Order: sequence, then C-alpha cells, then structure tokens
Amino acid sequence: MLEDKSRWTPYWQAAPLALVFFVFFLLPLAVTFVVSFWTYTGYSIEPAFVGDNYVTAFDKCFASLPDLCTTFRTYLSTLRFCLLVWLITLVLGFTIAYYLVFEIRSNTVRIVLALLTTIPFWTSNVIRMISWIPLLGRNGLVNQALMGAGIVSEPVDWLLYSPFAVTLSLVHINTVFMIVPILNSMLRIDRSLIEAAYDTGASPWQTIWNVIVPLSKTGIAIGSIFVVTVVMGDFISVGLMGGQQIASAGKVIETQITALQFPIAAANAIVLLAVVLMIVWVMLRLVDIRKEL
Amino acid sequence: MARAADLELASVTKRYGDTTAVDSIDLKIKAGTYCCLLGPSGCGKSSTLRMIAGHESVSDGDIVLGPEVVNGLPPAKRGTAMMFQSYALFPHLSVRNNVAFSLKMKGVSKVDRSIKATDALKLVDMERYAERLPSQLSGGQQQRVALARALVTDPQILLLDEPLSALDPFLKIKVRAELKRFQRELGISFIHVTHSQEEAMALADLIIIMNAGKIEQQGAPREIFNAPATEFVARFIGGHNIIPETGGRKVSVRADRVKVSTDGETGTGAVVREVEYQGTVVYLSLATDAGLEMTAIVPERTFYERPIETGESVRVHWDASDVHELAA
Repeated sequence: MLEDKSRWTPYWQAAPLALVFFVFFLLPLAVTFVVSFWTYTGYSIEPAFVGDNYVTAFDKCFASLPDLCTTFRTYLSTLRFCLLVWLITLVLGFTIAYYLVFEIRSNTVRIVLALLTTIPFWTSNVIRMISWIPLLGRNGLVNQALMGAGIVSEPVDWLLYSPFAVTLSLVHINTVFMIVPILNSMLRIDRSLIEAAYDTGASPWQTIWNVIVPLSKTGIAIGSIFVVTVVMGDFISVGLMGGQQIASAGKVIETQITALQFPIAAANAIVLLAVVLMIVWVMLRLVDIRKEL
Repeated sequence: MARAADLELASVTKRYGDTTAVDSIDLKIKAGTYCCLLGPSGCGKSSTLRMIAGHESVSDGDIVLGPEVVNGLPPAKRGTAMMFQSYALFPHLSVRNNVAFSLKMKGVSKVDRSIKATDALKLVDMERYAERLPSQLSGGQQQRVALARALVTDPQILLLDEPLSALDPFLKIKVRAELKRFQRELGISFIHVTHSQEEAMALADLIIIMNAGKIEQQGAPREIFNAPATEFVARFIGGHNIIPETGGRKVSVRADRVKVSTDGETGTGAVVREVEYQGTVVYLSLATDAGLEMTAIVPERTFYERPIETGESVRVHWDASDVHELAA
C-alpha cells in the first residue's frame, strides 16, 4: 500500500504542470502542425494532407537563387535584427550584471538595482510602444533637444518608424532577459577566484576574459536563447516601431492570420519554429547548460 | 628556484572605518622561516596576511620585503604568492592550466607554460592529474595543485590562509607534514594563518600569537609553551592552569606538571570532577577547595598505578620551579 503510494506520488505532483503544458503548448503545436498541411481558398479552409503551403512559403525561392526571394529576404532581415539585438543585449546584460555582482558591495543595493532593471515590464507592451512616440517622434523630446542644442537644424526622422527604432525597442525589452541569467551565473562565482586571479598577476580585463566570461557561459547561453527566441518571433515591435514598413518572419505570419489564411500561417510558423530550434541547437552545442541547472 | 627574502612589518595598521583590525604591529620574519600567525577569529591575523599579500591596503606603516617597501605594489609584483583557504582553483580550467594561469597572464608562450607547469606539478607529485578538472580531485590533491599554482610564480614568501581547515582530521596531519617538507626543501618563508594552536606548534619555527589586533607574544613554539607571556597566551595555547596569586598577579603551571596524590598532606585539597582517558595520558578535571578549576595531565602508567575515580578527594601540588609568572 505504502509502496504503491510512493510510486505514484511523483506523477501526481508533476501532473498539473504536465496538463497545462499539454493543453496550452503541445496541443496547439500539434494543431498548428496539422493545419499547416490543409488547403485553403479565399473563402474556405479544407482539411487535407498536402505540402502546398510549404511550397508557397518558399515560392520560387530556390529556383531564383542567388537572387533572394521575399521569404529569404524577410528571414535575412529578421536574422539581422536578431543578431544585432543579441549583440547589444549581450554587451549590456554582461556589463550590467558584472556591475551588480562585482562592483556593488551591499546586497540590498544589489537587489534594488536588479529590480530597477525590470522597469520596462511595469507597463503593457502597447503603452510602452506608444510612449516612444513623444520621445522619438519628429517633434519628440530627443529631436527638440538636438535642435535646441544646435546639433541638427531640422528634425532627425530616422529615430522613429525605422530599423533603429525597432532595434532600440527590442533591446529595451530584452536586455533584462540577458541580465538575469548572467547575474545568476556570476553570483555563483566564488570571490576568492577573482582574488586568486589578481594574486597571479591578472589585470582586470584578463580576469574578465579568463575567469568571469568562461564561468558566466551558462548564463550567457540561457540569456541568448531567451533573446533569440523572442526576437525571432516578434511582430509587435517590428510592426509598431517600424511603422509597418519592415518585414519580419513573425509579421508575415500575423498578416496571414489577419487575412484568415490559417494553413499558410501555420506552415510559416512551423518553418520559423524549425529555424529557431536550429539556432538554439547550435547554441547548446557551444555551451553545456545542464552543468549549472 | 626561489630567492628567499626577509620580511619586516613596521607599525602596520589596518582600519576599517572606526574599527582597528590590526593595531600598529611590528614584526620581523627572517628568510626561510615557517611562521604561523595564530589567534582566535577576529584577532587580525587574516587582515595581516592579506596586507602582506597585497589584497588589503595598509592604513598605516610599512611592509618591507627584501630591500623594498611593497605597500603600493600589486600581489604579483611583490614576490609573494597566496594559497587561499578554499584553494580558489579555477573550476573551468584543467589542473595544468590552473598552474599555468599566472604564466599565461604574463604572456609566456604555450610551450614554456606547459613545461613550467609540469615542473611545478612534479614538485607536488601531481603531474599525473594534469588534465583533470579541480572538481575531479580530492581535497588533499586540490591543496597540492593550489600549492603548485602559488609556487610556479617563484615567490619569495608563500602566504597560506588557513590551508588545512577544509581537510578532514587525518588528512590534516598528513598535509601538515607535507607543507613543512615543502617549506624546508624550497628554503623560502611560509606565513601560515591558523586558529589551531596544535597546527602552529607542529609546524612553526616562529609563532606569532595575536589578539585584538595586537601581537601578544612571538617566539619559537617551545619558548611560548614554556613561558607564555600573558594569561591570554596561556589560555589560548592550552595545557596550562592559571592560578591567581595574592595581590592580583597570576601565575601559570603546565597541566602536565601538576601532581595529584590520594594520600599525603602537601598541596591543596581538590575534588576530581572528570576523568578523561586519552591513550598515552589521562586528563583529570579538578575543583580545588578554593573553588579553582584545574586540569592535570597524568601519564597513563602513573595513573593506573593508583586509579582515581570521579568524585574522589585528592591533593594537588606542584614544584616551585614549575610556576611561571604571567604579565598582567
């Protein structure tokens, strides 16, 4: 009786999360996968098992190489944003985490400052996006300041609705995803290692490269996975901050969903998922994150 | 391989805000000395070591190593090397790369690095483990790697911060003997911080006993044990009875010099509170008629010629020549 109970207990304990995971993640994913093989016309969607949607997604893409088709160009643009945002959030995240862990002595101050990094999440995504307009718009604060200071004679118009604006807003929201895991890794670094490095004659930069970066690798990998997966699928920031003029893999799907073309949207979603999984797989090959989980 | 050098501390002081951790201490350690800084926690021994190492700035006074005042120099420029309490081996680097770390920082070529690291590892008999990660080594092995990493820089003085505290009792004694052997073979000074008087007695040529930021007494272990300068020292090194004399003065008598007899009229009356068998000796806890707690250490054979039981009334006495005056 007792044996029976103890054998099943772990399963019951894991069941609620497993159920949530199944209903809200695995099931929709399976449905998406199935729907991606359906057919559709302007006014109907028919269950089927055809690869047409995937062919359409890559319409003439391979035939017209080396010229890039729309899909490839969209993915290239998305990947470029992804790389840029990843690099900036990595440098920012590492620097901020380093500052919080190694420069701040008081634990209270460290906790307060770490909480401050979550400020971007204190308001909804929509309000956050709208708030950029009075700051970056033609008559926004930044332009007024630049003109007031005599740096420019007329408003700079690439501040808003531009690749710059998209990158800025993505960096703004995603830096914290980089900070937290790196912070977590860095907090585990034994302070005496830093002293040991100093004792053996390492300069501060040498200590960072030879001790802190290698020991923060897991945090960097986890943060990178967060940032890359979020940015690859983003359509809100790209849409609003790009003035609906910049294409992204997520935005393509969104447009197709708005047009009720679910099967092709599903096919694109599966392609995007595959691309993201490939990127994550490569990152996991480079860093063994199990070591610190 | 290393050049030994004298170390001198001249009224060295360390203040943290309003608290004085190390209070104007003067100290001379001749080249090639095994020196133990001994004291309870918070006595300033670690701060002193860290100032010598260059990990802590000196608030006042000078640290002179060889011919040179080293106050402002970083650790690697001083000719000191430190072995940390938990060894502080880099967990992501192999044993070889841990040892070669300082050479890499200096820009030594890969081949030379590897040769020198292997030499240092041979010295501590760890070259077989060169490719392992620190986590794959036992505590004693990690300690040897830490030693090799410190020695590869050719230090004039090796600083050890409670190097044995992470080891289990058996290993402690073994590693202790190894440390002493390395020091003898290298001929450089070792400065070893510890709170264990046993460790200090076993290792040191020179023991510095610290209390509340000051040096209470310094000298060879035998000198200190036979002539503790103060009550603090007598209590800290143990094995002494502190006996108040008339006029507020205090004297000490070594516990092994206290004689206990069940007959006779000489000496003070006392009751045996506790009998502890220790193998070669027997510890007797006594309460004298005057209300004083005393300890007597009796050789096993002497004890069992006439065993004494708990609660028995005895007489304790000692020779006048075994009475040692303590400074107030």
